[in-house]
Amino acid sequence: MAEVSVLEAVRMALDEAMARDERVFILGEDVEAGGVFRATEGLAAKYPGRVIDTPLAESSIVGIAIGAAHYGMRPIAEIQFADFIHAAFDQLCSEASRWCYRTKGDAWLPLVVRTPWGGGVHGGQHHSQSIEAFYAHMPGLKVVAPSFPADYRSLLLAAVEDPNPVIFLEHKRTYRLIRQELNGAPAETRIGKARVTRRGGDLTLYAYGLMLHECLAAAEELAAEGIECTVVDLLTLRPLDTEAVLEAARATGKVLIVHEDTLTGGFGAEIAALIAEHAFEYLDAPIRRLCGPDIPPIPYHPAMEGFYMPDRRKIAAAARELAAY
Amino acid sequence: MPVVTMPQLGESVTEGTVLRWLKQPGDPVALDEPLCEVETEKVNVELPSPFEGVMGRQFVAQGETVPVGTPLCEIVTAGTRPSEADSSETPVAAAVSARASVESPRPSPEPTAAGDRRRRYTPAVLRLARLHGIDLERIPGTGLGGRVTRKDVEAYLAARGEAPSATPSTAAVSPAPAAAYEVVPLSPTRRTIAERLSRAAREVPQAWTMVEADVTELLRLRDTIAAKLGRHLTLLPFFAQAVCRALREHPNLNARFEEGELRRFRDVNLGIAVAAPGGLVVPVLHRAQELSIEGLARALDDLIERARGGRLQLSDVQGGTITVNNTGAFGSIASRPILNAPEVAIVTLERVVRRPVVVGDDAIAVRAMVNVCLTFDHRALDGHEAGAFLATLKTLLEAPAER
Repeated sequence: MAEVSVLEAVRMALDEAMARDERVFILGEDVEAGGVFRATEGLAAKYPGRVIDTPLAESSIVGIAIGAAHYGMRPIAEIQFADFIHAAFDQLCSEASRWCYRTKGDAWLPLVVRTPWGGGVHGGQHHSQSIEAFYAHMPGLKVVAPSFPADYRSLLLAAVEDPNPVIFLEHKRTYRLIRQELNGAPAETRIGKARVTRRGGDLTLYAYGLMLHECLAAAEELAAEGIECTVVDLLTLRPLDTEAVLEAARATGKVLIVHEDTLTGGFGAEIAALIAEHAFEYLDAPIRRLCGPDIPPIPYHPAMEGFYMPDRRKIAAAARELAAY
Repeated sequence: MPVVTMPQLGESVTEGTVLRWLKQPGDPVALDEPLCEVETEKVNVELPSPFEGVMGRQFVAQGETVPVGTPLCEIVTAGTRPSEADSSETPVAAAVSARASVESPRPSPEPTAAGDRRRRYTPAVLRLARLHGIDLERIPGTGLGGRVTRKDVEAYLAARGEAPSATPSTAAVSPAPAAAYEVVPLSPTRRTIAERLSRAAREVPQAWTMVEADVTELLRLRDTIAAKLGRHLTLLPFFAQAVCRALREHPNLNARFEEGELRRFRDVNLGIAVAAPGGLVVPVLHRAQELSIEGLARALDDLIERARGGRLQLSDVQGGTITVNNTGAFGSIASRPILNAPEVAIVTLERVVRRPVVVGDDAIAVRAMVNVCLTFDHRALDGHEAGAFLATLKTLLEAPAER
């Protein structure tokens, strides 16, 4: 099998899910034509009537998906850019997340919301944001954020089969950038499992999405200098694989958490708190976070976007400081 | 008023050091509650209170070494009155006010801006120090501002058991000494080691001999038993068992030469030399001849762990009849140990080395070979007997039976 991009892996998973189960259908903006990133390309022709265009109304998209899931369908909703998902915040957090609780377990919502997120694409303030922290905060929602094509495919299939609402985050910068030979590649099939992608004794890096790849690049550079990093690909943010997070922290005693979302209240704060609470006696340096600055949007200008985004250079610099501590 | 004195902590102990007072004047004291930590040349113990009452005057300061029988403190018990000493102020009240001044607010820790972080320890470092009983001030730091990092502690632990000389890499970062040398204060343990080994070397005529044994089969047996027990096993328990069995045939080595007598023992009280953070200690495995391999392994693990953690009891270090030293653990292939007098023999297990040896008449094979060295008290034994013991030991090691 040839190398497959993140985008192709997503499309493969959608195709497989639809072929496997007639209850699966796709709804979203421009999805019949293939969507702006071409993730659903060809599916409308292959599965007539099961790829449905919607108005530009995110709240309705998720609302329809909730209703369909409640009546036994397996909807996969696409939110064209994660930046716009907040229009559906109420549907997701006030309805979908508590459906099972509210019905005392009588009803489940097997629904998936796919959405491209993240910066580094010169998308400016409405096409670059990170939204994971808002939704990972909400009990009852699952939030998945893979990094490698094989995991995109296996975890998207797992999300479709999951009886709970799952927000499936696809980093748009990696869509065509990251390619992988699927044959023999590790593919996580369980939501809630992290993976140690690289092992080293000096410090531990935590990341997901584009930042995971930046961390791996930084780790490669650091290894040449004699600094060995453990890199943890979180894969799922909620439910978080706390054991894997803690095990990796205890192993090195020095941790650097990386995400492009803004610092304050970002998902890294949860990881930091978890480690401080449960791995305190193993820490050999202050917990370090490298995140986007507390600025409302990611800027449009390339230089300013570069200033905003963490990258391999900034990660390596922070890691060097930690290693020397 | 009842007075607590420095107790006799062991047959040959003549003095003790008050390491730390656990009760301050004025503190209520229950019966058997620890009053202070006492360090002797053999062990550290907590001194239980023989009385119930309130701590009165303390006559010995922390860190002071005094002979056995020296008064340490007074306990004010119900029915006794504070001592006659002061008329103006009772000792307890005086002590309490003195203590209060000790507890006045301390200045905050040194500012971080100073850059010196040699004594700023992270949770990981403190945890390791506690776990392994390490004095962190002895470890040179390689971190920011001279901070002792977790890796420094791990490296120190890995190196422990070898000669305590500074490694070149750490020497490079430690501050250059003003003089050509520095004076290392001798702990009571260190002083005792020095004194006893000098005396043994001076007073006991020691002879030395060595045999080599083929332990290829023994290693195989060890692996089988380890798999059966589902635990990791070193050669040490097997060696200890072979020593016990060899002593059955040569009991004259299981003896102590003391007070002009040669005292031969029926029980094998096996001393194990352990490199502990404070210096060499030799905890004793009593009646080792009664234990199975599993029992030996477990008992050895326990003793060694407690020795390293500084948690030995007095009974753990008394009554040894012979000592074994696992010198192979730090890579030695031959050594000439000094006797742990008054014992008359010390035997070492050196490192197992796989090498070509002649087997049968004219074949060469790769075998796992190990040297076993014996130092013995030539007053008590002749070379013939020592050699016979080693020959038996060699036979037991080379033809092990699962037992």
